[in-house]
Amino acid sequence: MNQPDQPTDSNWMILFCCWLVAALSTAGSLFFSYVMEFPPCVLCWYQRIFLFPLVLVLAVGLFPFNKNVVKFSLPLAIAGWLTAFYHTLLHSGIIPETIQPCSQGVPCTEEYIKLFGFITIPMLSLLAFTTIIVLLILLKKRISQ
Amino acid sequence: MKKIALFAVACCLLLFGFVVGNNYYKEQQAKKIGFMAQENVSTFVRDHSMTRGSDDAKVYLVEFMDPACETCAAFAPFIRKMMEAYPGKIKLVVRYAPFHDGSEGIVKILEATKKQGKYWEALEIMFRMQDYWVSHHKPQPEKLWQLLPKVGLDIERLKKDMNDPSIEKVIAQDIADAETLNVRKTPGYFVNGKPLQTFGDRQLLKLVQSAIMANYPN
Repeated sequence: MNQPDQPTDSNWMILFCCWLVAALSTAGSLFFSYVMEFPPCVLCWYQRIFLFPLVLVLAVGLFPFNKNVVKFSLPLAIAGWLTAFYHTLLHSGIIPETIQPCSQGVPCTEEYIKLFGFITIPMLSLLAFTTIIVLLILLKKRISQ
Repeated sequence: MKKIALFAVACCLLLFGFVVGNNYYKEQQAKKIGFMAQENVSTFVRDHSMTRGSDDAKVYLVEFMDPACETCAAFAPFIRKMMEAYPGKIKLVVRYAPFHDGSEGIVKILEATKKQGKYWEALEIMFRMQDYWVSHHKPQPEKLWQLLPKVGLDIERLKKDMNDPSIEKVIAQDIADAETLNVRKTPGYFVNGKPLQTFGDRQLLKLVQSAIMANYPN
């Protein structure tokens, strides 16, 4: 194994943090549905569709470190962010409930938890996707320098 | 090498956190419900609830169910066998959690059979012939009208009785209690106030056996 130089190491660390956020969010979402038994709504499923593959894609990019990983993971993260953003707006009532797409099963405005009195599940999702996007863009900038 | 170790440690921590969190949450939930079992017994058994088994039984098996639920139907013979295995020791309490679309109407029919004294017969045939009157998770009450006369029920009377407003109150109360007890799936079981934590027939048998051991030491 050749000794990696300093900047590559910090780049790896950024990507690792990215993966950690994705993995933690995945574990959290599974915890909500399988342990706390909250039935997920349709929008929640869309966000999961973009989140779950990130755990694998980012992990593949870690071993060995591959700078192309940004190219493959950023579209997923952005799509997830858009869905989470829409869901948060819907959830907080900024977009009226009447135009929500999920009429069957669990309504997407259903509120399960409020951490510290205001953090809801869609907000957690938005926060996770935002962190992942910020880290990926940061990584991209560092790589292209 | 260091990187792989870091990655592996992170994976293990996530997995460990999930398992510990799971156990902690289930324990907290059981404690909360156990407290309710002492303070608010009526959340588990209402006056309107149908019960089967000896009045002296010390083990109360409370089942939140939906007549259209496949797993509830699959568990019915198992529960009957369990009650036969411990005669006089188990009392079954039927509560409603009509989660399927259209199940409330079926519960209304079932409740109306009480007036003709054919409740258990009706429930038995509903479960046994579920394939016939539930298709693709949609209950079809019209088909029940053909089925229920077989146990000696008068359908015209049933159709009248099922619209009794008191039945709606029964259903609303049961749904409210199911929510209080965090029942989100059917069947939901409680044995003397203890929830069935991991679902399965063996797990239910174990829970019932431990309650029997505690209440009938000999």
